[in-house]
Amino acid sequence: MERVIQFENIGLRYGADAEVLRDINFSLSAGGFYFLTGASGAGKTSLLKLLYLAQRPTRGVLRLFGEDVVMMHRGRLPGFRRRIGVVFQDFRLVPHLSAFDNIALPLRVAGIEEKDIAGPVEEMLAWVGLGGREGALPASLSGGEQQRIAIARAVIGRPDILVADEPTGNVDAEMAKRLIALFEALNRLGTTIVIATHDLPLIGQIAHAQMMRLDKGRLIDPTGALRFPPASPARDDRAGLPLGKPQ
Amino acid sequence: MTSARSSRAARNRWLPEGRRGPMPWIIGIMMFLTVLSAACALGLGHALTRLRGDLAGGYTIQIVEANAAKRMQAVRGISAYLDSARGVRTYKVVPEAQMLAQLAPWLGEDARADELPIPALIDLSLRPAAGSARVTQIEQAVKRILPSARIDAHQGYLAPVEGLMRTLMWLAGGLVALMLLMTGAVVVLAANSAHAAHRGTIDIIHMLGATDLQLARLFQRRIALDAALGAMAGTVSAAALLWLLDSNLHVSQSELAGLIRLPWRSVAILFGLPLFAVLVAALTARITVMRALERNL
Repeated sequence: MERVIQFENIGLRYGADAEVLRDINFSLSAGGFYFLTGASGAGKTSLLKLLYLAQRPTRGVLRLFGEDVVMMHRGRLPGFRRRIGVVFQDFRLVPHLSAFDNIALPLRVAGIEEKDIAGPVEEMLAWVGLGGREGALPASLSGGEQQRIAIARAVIGRPDILVADEPTGNVDAEMAKRLIALFEALNRLGTTIVIATHDLPLIGQIAHAQMMRLDKGRLIDPTGALRFPPASPARDDRAGLPLGKPQ
Repeated sequence: MTSARSSRAARNRWLPEGRRGPMPWIIGIMMFLTVLSAACALGLGHALTRLRGDLAGGYTIQIVEANAAKRMQAVRGISAYLDSARGVRTYKVVPEAQMLAQLAPWLGEDARADELPIPALIDLSLRPAAGSARVTQIEQAVKRILPSARIDAHQGYLAPVEGLMRTLMWLAGGLVALMLLMTGAVVVLAANSAHAAHRGTIDIIHMLGATDLQLARLFQRRIALDAALGAMAGTVSAAALLWLLDSNLHVSQSELAGLIRLPWRSVAILFGLPLFAVLVAALTARITVMRALERNL
């Protein structure tokens, strides 16, 4: 199985402060589904930042898609970032862009032609339950709606890796279920999913997922043996997801 | 074509289209001053060239002899020499009556040449090919005829004026360079400030895989538009003022008007200045934002 993410003795510190991540070693397989858990301040967000290339580690080797990104020229990083979808904890929607334009942003950044953008974006909007709100600005949307836009933006380009920080934190149980189904469908199409969450029932919904736990900047049992709680039975609500790659 | 245009339009919306800041005004004022300074520099340069052309090869032979008979004899001798001398285009003995008429305001209408030791003058024009060796040769020949005679180059009369004009020309040229430098500095400040104001949006778009060049182009386009707006306003205002000045000089029918009137080549340079300023602004914005982005991952 191809290793899409490899961390070798990774350490991260901000300025002269103590390391927030220490001696992190793990590798994630292509097409895997991973949860990252840990108490607040354990370093989950910092680890995700390394994954979506918002930060470089202060020591160690970090390989993405087999290439060392620590020493990589920064001019090559955008190409890697386009292969990674990110759902930020604080959504980070562009405030002056409509829901439609926010979701279309990764496609436009990738240079996809305008005629190939409208269809997938409208389909994705409908799927996250925001059909008809294309023109709404983020400020006019609720927290949950903003989160759904952020998720739609992260998955629309069918990334090779999806990194999500508390992606179901602001939505109701029904919507959380739909979003997890979306992540699963994306995962079935080959996307590696990494979700940082406190939501243990959410973890239980994915039968084949593995869990990594961070504690005070160290990774505890990266093998997934500490998986908890046990997986729930497979569900049948995975059909009809709008994940066709835009042409 | 339409799709490419709509893609461009969508990209241009990545940064909020806010109210225009003071940059078009600043660029406008600077462009106004730049065009005026450049017109001044080009006008002076043109006038200098014209003056040099008009006075090149022009000399005056002064025959300073108190005795009128000897003076006339010297004039005849020198004229005879000039008739056969090589390099001489034309020469003309200035008539005594003309000299007296010119001196009348100082000496009075009833002044007589035989009562005053007025020198005789010969206006001499040499061919352009005649070098300084030829001038020296003529001077030596003239002095052999009358040792007190002397030759003055017309260019020498205007040397102090020419020096002043040249200094003013370089000063105006320096101002143009300074204004363009200032335009660059204003753009650096504006680009840095715009980059800081939109930092949040830029970070998001960066994280979605946008390249530095894609982001820099957004600022480059916006600043180029501001600069174009300001440059156009400044140039039109300066052109209107110059046209007004030119009209006034033309009405006065003075020789000065003809001397400082700009040829078309210079007018084209003046109208090329705003284009150059917009290019400088766009390039500076691009480099500034690229450098600012390079400070991040």
